[in-house]
Amino acid sequence: MRTIKFILQKEFLQIFRNRAMLPILFVLPVIQLLVLSFAATYELKEASFSLIDYDQSSLSRELAAQFQATGYFSLDHETFHIEEALRELEAGDVNMIMTIPENFSRDYSLGNAVSIQMLIDAVDGTKAGMIQSYGSSIIQDFNKNHILDIQLISQVSSQTLSQSQIELVPTNWYNPDLDYVTFMVPGILVILISMIGLFLSGMNIVREKEIGTIEQLNVTPIKKIHFITGKIVPFWIIGMFDLVIGLALARYGFQIPFLGSLTLILFVAGIYLIVIQSLGLFISTVTGTQQQAMFIAWFIMVVFILMGGLFTPIESMPAWAQDLTLANPVAWFIKIMRMVLLKGAGWQEIQHMVLLLIGMGVLFYGVAINRYKKTS
Amino acid sequence: MNAFRGFVIKEFKQIYRDKRTLVVLFGMPVIMMILFGFAIRNEIQNAEIAVLDLSKDSMTEELIQKIASNPSFSITHYLQAYSEVEPLFQQGNVKAVLIFDQDFEQKVIKYSSADIQMVTDATDPNMARLLQGYASSIIRDYSGDLSPEASAGRTGLTADIRMMYNPELRSVNLFVPGLIAVILMLISALMTSISITREKEMGNMEILLVSPLKPYQIIIGKIIPYLILSLINVCTILILAIFIFDVPFEGSYLLFFAESILFILTALSLGVFISAVANNQQTAMMVSLTGLLLPTILLSGFIFPVSSMPFPLQMISHIIPAKWFLIIVRSIMLKGGGISILWFQTTVLVGITLLFMGLSMKKFNVRLQ
Repeated sequence: MRTIKFILQKEFLQIFRNRAMLPILFVLPVIQLLVLSFAATYELKEASFSLIDYDQSSLSRELAAQFQATGYFSLDHETFHIEEALRELEAGDVNMIMTIPENFSRDYSLGNAVSIQMLIDAVDGTKAGMIQSYGSSIIQDFNKNHILDIQLISQVSSQTLSQSQIELVPTNWYNPDLDYVTFMVPGILVILISMIGLFLSGMNIVREKEIGTIEQLNVTPIKKIHFITGKIVPFWIIGMFDLVIGLALARYGFQIPFLGSLTLILFVAGIYLIVIQSLGLFISTVTGTQQQAMFIAWFIMVVFILMGGLFTPIESMPAWAQDLTLANPVAWFIKIMRMVLLKGAGWQEIQHMVLLLIGMGVLFYGVAINRYKKTS
Repeated sequence: MNAFRGFVIKEFKQIYRDKRTLVVLFGMPVIMMILFGFAIRNEIQNAEIAVLDLSKDSMTEELIQKIASNPSFSITHYLQAYSEVEPLFQQGNVKAVLIFDQDFEQKVIKYSSADIQMVTDATDPNMARLLQGYASSIIRDYSGDLSPEASAGRTGLTADIRMMYNPELRSVNLFVPGLIAVILMLISALMTSISITREKEMGNMEILLVSPLKPYQIIIGKIIPYLILSLINVCTILILAIFIFDVPFEGSYLLFFAESILFILTALSLGVFISAVANNQQTAMMVSLTGLLLPTILLSGFIFPVSSMPFPLQMISHIIPAKWFLIIVRSIMLKGGGISILWFQTTVLVGITLLFMGLSMKKFNVRLQ
């Protein structure tokens, strides 16, 4: 036990002496949580469009006005030349061209089927999808508002029109306002502490190798397990500290509901950090230079993040990719965080995932100890 | 000049001797492309949903059949009571529950209107919204089939929507430019920053500084190998994108490579700048990580559209080089955009590059005194 204490002392001294690292460890995560949480949203904020209105009737103007009134669409300018509008679309000045055909008003009032054309710049496919769905729902509303007028004029009997209306009534649980920040904050918090955990531990042993101080440690009677443990504990404490700050920020800054038990989150986080840091130390023991270690750690991290279900749902991946995510600790912890914080899940619901994390932890920890060689 | 050539050769040897890094260096883009080309997508398939059918008549059965046969949904649970909904959501796999009230068919026949309740697990708001969209269009179709006269003479306005430049909204078309940006940042910025700080940390920098090499030669010698490595990776990604993922390439290859070299230079100048301010590899690494990797993924429009972000973040995104590079590459690949359209974005990248090159030259000189 005493040996571990000495290693801890040495590690902490080393960490706190490096003045440049302190703000990176404690201030940067907070800034990132604040900035990145707002960046990750699929809500449409503003799409600009060109309008080609061949009809020039009060009804066509009403339709265009209704698009703008939602606040999602802003009219960039009006024209009668499709080439001009297309040039703007290609240059990216507008996101959509809306064309209203001649006789739109007449045909619509007569109760005929009318269609307007929407050319959407789909180079940014996510945004294009949002424009499409927002646009369709505006048109639905437009139809709903005018259906009575049409019936009066066109004498379509109200009976046929309203026959067999089956409506879908949606109810959104856990996040009734469909607020994106609520969804993202727990996930981004996981990413932040994972990165700190993985990179700090990943660089640690290999740094001693590169500088040569590892020789001095190797000639001491420290046992391998003590050595690895002594390396993990300081970063574990820093990681937990960052997590607590992040959780406080989530609760009081972002007003994220904490439905589940905080103790449970801290318990799982403790295990999770050991998994990530053991992985980092493993990388550190098998690499020769910090550059190697970092490069590999970065690579693993990018894969973990993009396959973690943070930005794109794991459910949309093909089956083989979903199977791969089983081995991704980041994906599991993000899932647990969201379940416990946002849905109030308890031990019962998450135990299989926690057991899996413990399994990974034991594996990586063991491998890291095994790979660490006192002889060079 | 001879000394300079010798220095560049030393740098190359140092990189090529490190076999492990080389494997990652060339293997990584391939793995990433394959992984993300196939795995990252926004559309939803086989979302697990549950059904609570309190009516159990022929109409609800037919509707459930329709939903089950849709590729977006897969029905995994049939519930008996409302109280089963919450525990199911708690387990986390089921994303939505469709609830049919009692006497559903009767209501449709008698009052010609009935409601289906769809309870979604909206912890993921995007998923909830998409699932509702899919379900309501299935139900609308069914509802239309029930009353053919009404739908035959269907009145009202519809939109004829065309997705320009990327008609199928294929995710891979969108992610390829983003991946190029992430990989180039990784290789160019991270590797250079670490490679220079390493010389500092190991004490080799002193040796280099007393050599006849001028400071700018040291920096240029450091970045040449990574410039070449990055270019090879750009080619690999492009070949994979075009031949395996059928990503269209409408524009000019010359322009594409010119812009790629420009972006590599931007990333390299960032890397050099970081190494000029950081004293050890650890600091250099953490700075490039938090200052480059995360913003490149999150603030560049790679996954989330910049225009959806709050105003201050849109401002910040203007200084992220990857944002401009993404606009350029997407435009060249998908729209066939030329320099006449992209001159502004290109100028911004040139500006950022010059700024950081100048800053790091200055910083570097200061260290000499």
